[in-house]
Amino acid sequence: MASTEEDGSAEEKETNNKKRTKSAIAVAWLTFYNIAMTAGWLVLAMAMMRFYIQKGTHKGLYKSIARTLKFFQTVALVEVGHCAIGIVRTSVIVTGVQVCSRIFMVWFITNSIKQIQNEESVILFLVVWTLTEITRYSFYTFNLLNLLPYFIKWARYNMFIIMYPLGVAGELLTIYAALPFVRKTGMFSMRLPNKYNVSFDYYYFLIIVMLSYIPLFPQLYFHMLRQRRKVLLGEIIVEKDE
Amino acid sequence: MKHYEVEILDAKTKDKLCFLDKVEPNATIGEIKSMFHKSHPQWYAARQSIRLDPKYAGPLLLYLMFYFRVPFIYAPKYDFTTSKHWVVHLACMCHSFHYLKRLLETLFVHRFSHGTMPLRNIFKNCTYYWGFAAWMAYYINHPLYTPPTIYGEQQVRMALIIFLFCQIGNFSIHIALRNLRPPGSKTRKIPYPTKNPFTWIFLLVSCPNYTYELGSWFGFTLMTQCLPVAFFTAVGFIQMTVWAKGKHRSYLKEFRDYPPLRSPILPFVL
Repeated sequence: MASTEEDGSAEEKETNNKKRTKSAIAVAWLTFYNIAMTAGWLVLAMAMMRFYIQKGTHKGLYKSIARTLKFFQTVALVEVGHCAIGIVRTSVIVTGVQVCSRIFMVWFITNSIKQIQNEESVILFLVVWTLTEITRYSFYTFNLLNLLPYFIKWARYNMFIIMYPLGVAGELLTIYAALPFVRKTGMFSMRLPNKYNVSFDYYYFLIIVMLSYIPLFPQLYFHMLRQRRKVLLGEIIVEKDE
Repeated sequence: MKHYEVEILDAKTKDKLCFLDKVEPNATIGEIKSMFHKSHPQWYAARQSIRLDPKYAGPLLLYLMFYFRVPFIYAPKYDFTTSKHWVVHLACMCHSFHYLKRLLETLFVHRFSHGTMPLRNIFKNCTYYWGFAAWMAYYINHPLYTPPTIYGEQQVRMALIIFLFCQIGNFSIHIALRNLRPPGSKTRKIPYPTKNPFTWIFLLVSCPNYTYELGSWFGFTLMTQCLPVAFFTAVGFIQMTVWAKGKHRSYLKEFRDYPPLRSPILPFVL
């Protein structure tokens, strides 16, 4: 009797430990992933700097780094998966919205509307994204290795205060610059009559996208501010249960 | 002679205020008010206001506005005209019938075991129903609407049969569920097939009301061949599957002898 009881409780302890600490595989994968992403965005940063130093202009810069950008930004989709399966403790929705907005900018704006690729606003958000991502992914890497230098933690939770609004400005200005070209070509749009009885106007869709920044950006911004208060200032914030 | 039972709920708290037995089928609202007055003497008829559920009244009325091509929706030359396609008239009748049925069911059929719905949910609910109704109605009643092309008239006929079959089925299930629970009680029982053949689906499914609802909208999608309708059906399917799985799980937890053959919403599949 006594031995079976012992076995039972020992098993329980094992499963409890599994639940409390992440599995070794998850940690290994996340470490690899974050190192790879840090490297990727570092490569992007260096390519951008090299182009500007060599050519002295930003015209043609986007085109030169487009493939690398598309690759590393698209791969970021797996982060939604990380949240969904629980190996990263962040909301799926928050991560989803952030990654989707990036994918949208890269694939449906800058990649598809070639005429705006040399706009200054593109350089603006590219620089912001690069600085933000290098900080973010190196933060995750060092965190996983339990070797986090304070200055990385400081950077991760302070740079966004300026980077976020600058990035939003870059994105909005780019979409705004794209509008006349979208209107002229009628791209991604579908008109009546057609056998699916639906219509879609990409021009008005983009306007709605721009307007949606108004409710969405503050939510993401204040989410980061709350995280900052918790992590850097040690505040205990009681979340309202929805 | 068949009589209705009318349940009067407090609009804010959804508490049961009064249960009116033996309401004649052709009773007017005035007569219902005087019956309520008998049990609540302080509320004479003029002080009563019996309202239609706005969640379902919205889609009903919005669709009709598009159907009659009220001004400012389509180009001015189409104002107050009607479509030349008979399937558009048919779709309007089906859509209106569906929401009229829902309204009447919320007034006369459904018994609720819990009280309030939070205000935030009402806002989200209404936005969902009203938004989709407007989006669908805009295209179906559009001057440039294209009637079903894949199988033409045959497709519309089949779709109508599916739609009506599922509407009757859905109604039968609502009646069967309501008869499970004696008036004013909160007891819960396993639903079983009754003499009505439309309820025999209980043998295979826990929430046949959702199954029939899905079928109705599937029929409507086929009938109109309209992508927004397909979207609405798909979104509804996802939501109803989530609800059906939850209900199925709670049935399994509550009743030891729950029939093992049943699936939540789609026989053998889901």
